[in-house]
Amino acid sequence: MTIDWFFILEKILLISGVLAISLIVAMYSTWGERKVAGVMQDRIGPNRAGFMGLLQPLADGGKLFFKEEIIPGSSNRFLFILGPSLAMMVACMTSAVIPWGDTLTIAGRTISLQVADINIGILYIFGVVSLGVYGIMLGGWASNNKYSLLASVRAASQIISYELAMGLSLIALLMMTGTLSIKEIVEQQRHSLWNVLYQPLGFLIFLVCSFAECNRTPFDLPEAENELNGGYHLEYSSMKLGFYLFAEYINMFISSALMSSLYFGGYSFPYMDSLGLSPNLTTILGTVALFVKIIFFLFFFMWVRWTIPRFRYDQLMRLGWNIMIPLALANMLITGAIVLYRSTH
Amino acid sequence: MGMSLQQIVFGVLSIISIISALGVILSKNPVTSVLCLIVTFFTIAGHYIMLNAQFLAVVHIIVYAGAIMVLFLFVIMLMNLNAEIEPQKRSWLKYAGAISGGALLLVLLAALREASVSSLQPGAVEIGLISNLGKTLFSTYVLPFEVSSILFLSAMVGAVVIGKKEGHES
Repeated sequence: MTIDWFFILEKILLISGVLAISLIVAMYSTWGERKVAGVMQDRIGPNRAGFMGLLQPLADGGKLFFKEEIIPGSSNRFLFILGPSLAMMVACMTSAVIPWGDTLTIAGRTISLQVADINIGILYIFGVVSLGVYGIMLGGWASNNKYSLLASVRAASQIISYELAMGLSLIALLMMTGTLSIKEIVEQQRHSLWNVLYQPLGFLIFLVCSFAECNRTPFDLPEAENELNGGYHLEYSSMKLGFYLFAEYINMFISSALMSSLYFGGYSFPYMDSLGLSPNLTTILGTVALFVKIIFFLFFFMWVRWTIPRFRYDQLMRLGWNIMIPLALANMLITGAIVLYRSTH
Repeated sequence: MGMSLQQIVFGVLSIISIISALGVILSKNPVTSVLCLIVTFFTIAGHYIMLNAQFLAVVHIIVYAGAIMVLFLFVIMLMNLNAEIEPQKRSWLKYAGAISGGALLLVLLAALREASVSSLQPGAVEIGLISNLGKTLFSTYVLPFEVSSILFLSAMVGAVVIGKKEGHES
């Protein structure tokens, strides 16, 4: 068995590139969040570090690195460190199955801008999302603090509840597209209309659930500071706290990429194949189009955060179980009926 | 004698799964037990991938590591179980456990001794992929599949009934 070293090198470069871009986008999302908040509240936002405050994320990161690291004496040291590491790792894992672009042809080699086109891409994402709760639960429990524990229990039940509706809304999409590969879903949208036009209700449910899965306002109950003194990361300091906060922004980036790929055509854009450009240029433009869509969704996350107040916990649960899940089931039923009708007529 | 890549991966996965499975029963702290069990599930999922059953692997992760173990962890954390407050079991109970566990091992060994190690057929390699699995489940095995879904439904109804009853009493 010969090993294709170029293939391995290509994948290593792609993985490093995707990780670096995820981290940079997450970094500048923190800057973007402050700027958006500034605009919405009629302030300027960060403007001291660098031009338009562009160096602010670096300053924040440096500050977190140099802060004193405190591990509570009565906590379980191993689990206390494992919590933020898991949160960060799980946040970075999803990027492997997202198609960041079509194929590039360089020196006769066709390079796919997707780390792994596995035929169960969507299920892989479910798997990773369902693991995301461990980082929060372990961190909250290992802190040995009542507020942290309460917040992590809240977070876990919130994530489990909304995972169900999210999965049901995706099942309707799968019934329509007939594939579990994200790349194939994007390719289908390239040659017809975007899925959001066929699945508006499914997209709405997916959108609401991704707010809940990312612990973003209006569903940021796990870190409701006025009830819980800060949330599951109450006892954390220094870069461990940074990891938790950063993982949230990476999750936002990944779910924006997912929403763009599943419902908004991913790397495809209108008139993509009729412009008559070279394939490589089309691929690069497609990747740019994907990032424009992602940035729009990131802005949407921030827009909602600075517009809508936080839910109460019982309202959150009622919305999840009594509204989202029945709606997702109805959506599934309607989609199934239409798929059946179209296959018989 | 050189080992193929598959054999190396299989060996590493098996060693990790045995060590983590031992960790489940040997560790004093219930949270560590749960974490070891999660690692065991991951290594078993790795074995599924090596058998080209990617769908089974990922469903195994979603259901066991992602859902059931989260609930385990939930209960352990909320009840704050740990080695100090765990009731000490009587010594005869330990002996009874060891004997019945050993008997189970004996039965399993006897059953496995007769089993022949057959290599995978070239046609069977594709059986774990999702479309083949779906077709098999909904054609050849449709009755057992539907019956098992009724079992799940009854379990759900049971959980709701129990939950409702406690709500009325309080």
